[in-house]
Amino acid sequence: MALDLVPIWTALLALAVFYYVVFDGFDLGVGMLYGFAPDETERSIVMNSVAPIWDGNETWLVFGGLGLLAAFPLAFAIIIPAVYFPILIMLLALVFRGVAFEFRFRRSGLRRFWDQAFCGGSIVATFAQGVVLGTFIQGFKVDGRHFAGTSFDWVTPFALLTGLALMFGYGLLGAGWLILKTEGALQDWARKAGRVCLIAVLIAILAVSIWTPLAEPEIARRWFSWPNIGFLSPVPLITLLIAAAEWHALQRNHELVPFLGAVGLFLMSFIGIAISLWPMIVPYHYTLWEAASSESTQAFLLIGTLFLLPIILMYTAWSYWVFRGKVRSDVGYH
Amino acid sequence: MSLDPVLLSRLQWAWVIAWHILLPAFTVGLASYIAVLEAFYFFTKREIWFRISGFWIRIFAVTFGMGVVSGIIMPFQFGTNWSRFTDATADVLSPMMAYEGLMAFFLEASFLGVLLFGRKLVPAWAHFVAAFMVAFGTLLSSFWILATNSWMQTPQGYKLVDGRFEPVDWLAIIFNPSFPYRLAHNVTAFYITTGFVVLGVGAYLLRRGKAAEESRLMIRMALDLLIVLVPLQIFLGDLHGLNTLEYQPAKIAAIEGRYDTVQPVPLTLFGIPDDRDAVMHDAIDIPDLGSLILTHSWNGTIKGLKEWPPDERPPVGPPFFAFRIMVGIGFIMLAVAIVGQVLLRTGERLYRTGWFLRLCPWVAPLGFIAVVAGWIVTEVGRQPWTVYGLMRTADSVSPSLTGSDVAISLAFYVIVYLVMFPTGIAFMAGLVRRGPQAADAEPSAIESGRPERPFAAASPRPEP
Repeated sequence: MALDLVPIWTALLALAVFYYVVFDGFDLGVGMLYGFAPDETERSIVMNSVAPIWDGNETWLVFGGLGLLAAFPLAFAIIIPAVYFPILIMLLALVFRGVAFEFRFRRSGLRRFWDQAFCGGSIVATFAQGVVLGTFIQGFKVDGRHFAGTSFDWVTPFALLTGLALMFGYGLLGAGWLILKTEGALQDWARKAGRVCLIAVLIAILAVSIWTPLAEPEIARRWFSWPNIGFLSPVPLITLLIAAAEWHALQRNHELVPFLGAVGLFLMSFIGIAISLWPMIVPYHYTLWEAASSESTQAFLLIGTLFLLPIILMYTAWSYWVFRGKVRSDVGYH
Repeated sequence: MSLDPVLLSRLQWAWVIAWHILLPAFTVGLASYIAVLEAFYFFTKREIWFRISGFWIRIFAVTFGMGVVSGIIMPFQFGTNWSRFTDATADVLSPMMAYEGLMAFFLEASFLGVLLFGRKLVPAWAHFVAAFMVAFGTLLSSFWILATNSWMQTPQGYKLVDGRFEPVDWLAIIFNPSFPYRLAHNVTAFYITTGFVVLGVGAYLLRRGKAAEESRLMIRMALDLLIVLVPLQIFLGDLHGLNTLEYQPAKIAAIEGRYDTVQPVPLTLFGIPDDRDAVMHDAIDIPDLGSLILTHSWNGTIKGLKEWPPDERPPVGPPFFAFRIMVGIGFIMLAVAIVGQVLLRTGERLYRTGWFLRLCPWVAPLGFIAVVAGWIVTEVGRQPWTVYGLMRTADSVSPSLTGSDVAISLAFYVIVYLVMFPTGIAFMAGLVRRGPQAADAEPSAIESGRPERPFAAASPRPEP
């Protein structure tokens, strides 16, 4: 068989990761903002705005994990041990957050505790994901086919920066979602929160864009050598345009644009990282092709995936359609 | 004492999977039970089926939710703690694990939503089909995950390239020699576990004087299932044992507590195994019976563990004791199933027999203990290998991990699970105490046409 499945699996995995980041990103962001919402009624609205969909969003993490394992097992075997503790913390925070979500609706006595657990779980899980991202960009100590560093290699200023950055990034997505789903004073509050997050996000994007080419000469060459600089200059320019539009939208009456702008900023960052690292899946040791599983493995799984994935996406789209429109406190979904 | 990352990783794996396995042990059987109840309701239109089904659907929702949450942890364990195993085997095993996840999610996302919330939104036949699809989905998940586990026990259909397993024949990989036996033995165990829970809950409700009609029906259905499945399970267990004797004789030697090869083989009922000196202390033996059970002849023999070099022997203690617990529970279950049938068939005395009704709730958790015991038998018994005879457990662990890394993560998992699982179990106990509700107490689906969340659906409306 001559068909190269690696590009297909790369696209599928990129899609799964991006989908996860945007969709679980906004509900993690909403979870974080929840802790800062002005009062009890508004907290309920904030909660109800993600109630029907957050668990479906989270399942994409399993897709991403299993997809990486099946399509690029060598990457899975090197990256995951390198971020042993961030993964542990992320998983437990997500578990705790899920349980907190369920129990806050029925244990009125412990409601405050579960409320804080929901917000805290969102913060910790997001920070851990940001740390994973930063560690990934920095690359890993590799010996042969194994991660050769220690379980604390992820504790670097850069990874802690990306951890913080992702908190503001998800916060921006969450604010965009709340603007879309709420009205009145709560919406105004979400716009204010969105502006704070946007400023922090832009600082973070700038910091990462300066830091990575300084740390990795290969990345500097890719972006700043001729003729690449010509081809690639639209990336920062478009990012700037989106940022300006986002700022504008957060101050005016736009309802959908703040969320779309946040997604756009994530997409540009995603593209920027992909350009920096391509074709590496284990920076700076293994390419996508070197880390890929056998053709037979990729083909065997692809058959079922191409059948099941469209159905899952259609179901997901339908459930978002069912819950379209504003969330109000009186027509709670619980 | 220095901390051993291999041992601690095994303990961590055992901790997260032992909790996780309790959930499918219940949901697989319960999903099928609900499908049967829905079928009765669909064809007879009698409301009692609807009430019983609604009661169990609420409990199913909680269990399924906990299964998903604890299941998200599992695939990441392969990367965090067992990266060398992952690197070596992923080409063969990962698609099967991915199919398990894909199918579980696919059915969760679509049919479970209909089952939980759709009674008023979809036609009756669609609700009935949804119940069957959920049951089918749990069986498909069992299929893929047990195929994965079985391949690790009896690998075939691969070729070794530079120490890594590459797939050659997918049918041979999936339908490896121990898979049919393991699948049959496990699924039957899951059904029996559910059967005893239904029996126990029915007896509890009957004694409390709640929902008498429903609880009698639950008891009768459970007993009719168990009188078939418990003897069948003993037979399947025997077949599974013969298959293990053929492919993993060292595991059988450990189960039997046999260090020396003798002929004929006695059956060791009890003893204190000593791996260091390779001797069984204080053994209580029945002569010749071991030969009969293991080889189905009076003077057959099996190899004792001394036939293997010390570094290829499994530890004897855990499989030896866990096997006796599992088999002991099997015989208790058989006795309960037979006595229950007798009481049922002789003028329905059962419903008035207080001691039997009091006994049933105590028997209800035995299935879970048997499942975990059986899992210890098969997983400790296949040590020291992760891929049997080919890859050692000690060579499977992530090389970067230190003992203290794993000790920290294990402590975290212990703490979080000890909060999560008791809370969930207490919540389910509350649902059981409330008993089946009338039709109008069905969790109502919302103005917006809106599925509630599983746990929320599990919470019945306050009684009027």
